[in-house]
Amino acid sequence: MAMKAEALDGQEQISNPRGLPITSDFQVDPADNFTGYKSFRAGSFKFRRDEYFVYLECPKATHQMPVDAFLRALMRDVAWGFFYGTVNFDQVFGTTNFYGEVDMFIGATNEAYTKAGRDFVERFKADQLMEIFKEMVSDWTNEGYDPFAAPMETGVPWGVKNGDNDEAVSRERVTARRMVGLPGDTPVRTDENGYPVNRMFADVEQDQPEVHAEPGFEHEVSAFNLFGYLSRSDVTWNPSVCSVVKDSLFCPTSEEYILPVEHGNDRCEWFIQLTDEITWNIKDGDTGRPKAVVTAKAGDCCCMPADIRHQGFSAKRSMLLVWENGSPKIPELIRDGKAPSVSVDF
Amino acid sequence: MTQYTTDFGSLHDYKKGKVGIIDDDPKRYVFSNLFEAAAKAQPWERVAVAKNFEYVIESVRAKGISPWYTAAHDEFVLSMDGKCRVDFVKLDDPDAVVDPESEGAHQLSGDPEGKNMGYVVLGRGHMAMLPVGAAYRFSADEDCTIIIQTIDGPVTVHRWAEICQTEA
Ligand SMILES: [Fe+2]
Repeated sequence: MAMKAEALDGQEQISNPRGLPITSDFQVDPADNFTGYKSFRAGSFKFRRDEYFVYLECPKATHQMPVDAFLRALMRDVAWGFFYGTVNFDQVFGTTNFYGEVDMFIGATNEAYTKAGRDFVERFKADQLMEIFKEMVSDWTNEGYDPFAAPMETGVPWGVKNGDNDEAVSRERVTARRMVGLPGDTPVRTDENGYPVNRMFADVEQDQPEVHAEPGFEHEVSAFNLFGYLSRSDVTWNPSVCSVVKDSLFCPTSEEYILPVEHGNDRCEWFIQLTDEITWNIKDGDTGRPKAVVTAKAGDCCCMPADIRHQGFSAKRSMLLVWENGSPKIPELIRDGKAPSVSVDF
Repeated sequence: MTQYTTDFGSLHDYKKGKVGIIDDDPKRYVFSNLFEAAAKAQPWERVAVAKNFEYVIESVRAKGISPWYTAAHDEFVLSMDGKCRVDFVKLDDPDAVVDPESEGAHQLSGDPEGKNMGYVVLGRGHMAMLPVGAAYRFSADEDCTIIIQTIDGPVTVHRWAEICQTEA
């Protein structure tokens, strides 16, 4: 039986399971004399970087991350507009999206922190926190470094402030309205429009399908080479919407190295491995306890339950179809126990 | 320069991964392989390999000529490993063929009544729209695997226990 999200009317207001007030004091501190990087404050959170590390501070804890891992995660959080559910930058720091408002935390999804009462969470308006995150990723990214690119295909993030790469860090997530390649929709990628074939996909055929539309049906009889499109992606781990059936969103992406975040979705999310292989480390969403290791080869279909977090590893660049249900009512249904955290019961 | 080989998999040549369990029930991951599901199915059976509320992805062994289908919403098809043609007819009266409130693909009992819209021929990795208001029919000279982005409906086949990993 198909369970419909629409049938179970969710609340229209923004959910706030922790009942937190909105914090709206932000500050950008001037560039450090030695490193040249600005520091940032959002509520009681402080962010600072030096040549190798990012330093996070909140009233209950301090935390340190390597700057490459931090920037790759921050880049995704920014480009995805905080994405679905929780974006764990690592096992300590992250954000949870409530679609309009965002919880930012240290330790809230880490059993050791929560048990010891060391977790700290503050709530922000999404657009306000986004503004400071965008300024941070812009200031902390040096010339020649692209946090979206696979590490072997870009410069290094280390060292003192050296220019910027605003063109790369201001990319937005591509979202087709109906299907890539339709007139007026997201265009296909070509050499000419700046998307050469990636070196690891040199053997992917670049032919386009035969399309024989009778006059007047050019807007409806339409097809494109999805594998060719993905082989030309200049970014990694950045699902972009390619085809849409109501709330069913095909978000294929090209993957290489490591998913820069541990994604704790607030709903089920499917992975259809289109080519090559990805290993997924699965941990509990609330505690971080390891639960499974999934090996996905070409053709494998796998559901990520709504109560876990996942992080993928792709040794060779691969094509992954991330399949999302964009219905805004699902997170509430799952939190209220009205929908299961698994997608199929058999 | 290093030559990389992309591993695509196909109906006749696929390798399957697995859910390696540390502390969980493998059934929660609903893990299957779409080539295997197609290989074990009859031609044109639309076997669900992914489901999220009412939405599904169906895996289909394309072989010969399919029945005509239509749906009250867009659907999309992706050829995974071979050549598949899709013919389209603009239905004269789509609401008479399929309830506009209904979900999923519906099989037509005969040939559709309407105007020829044309056709597409998909190769591996090619995706086509199956637009609302149209009837469509697949054909494949040699068997291959197609997947369809749609909604759970009358022609969707559910055989999760047969296709999914159940043991750790
Ligand atoms: Fe995810």
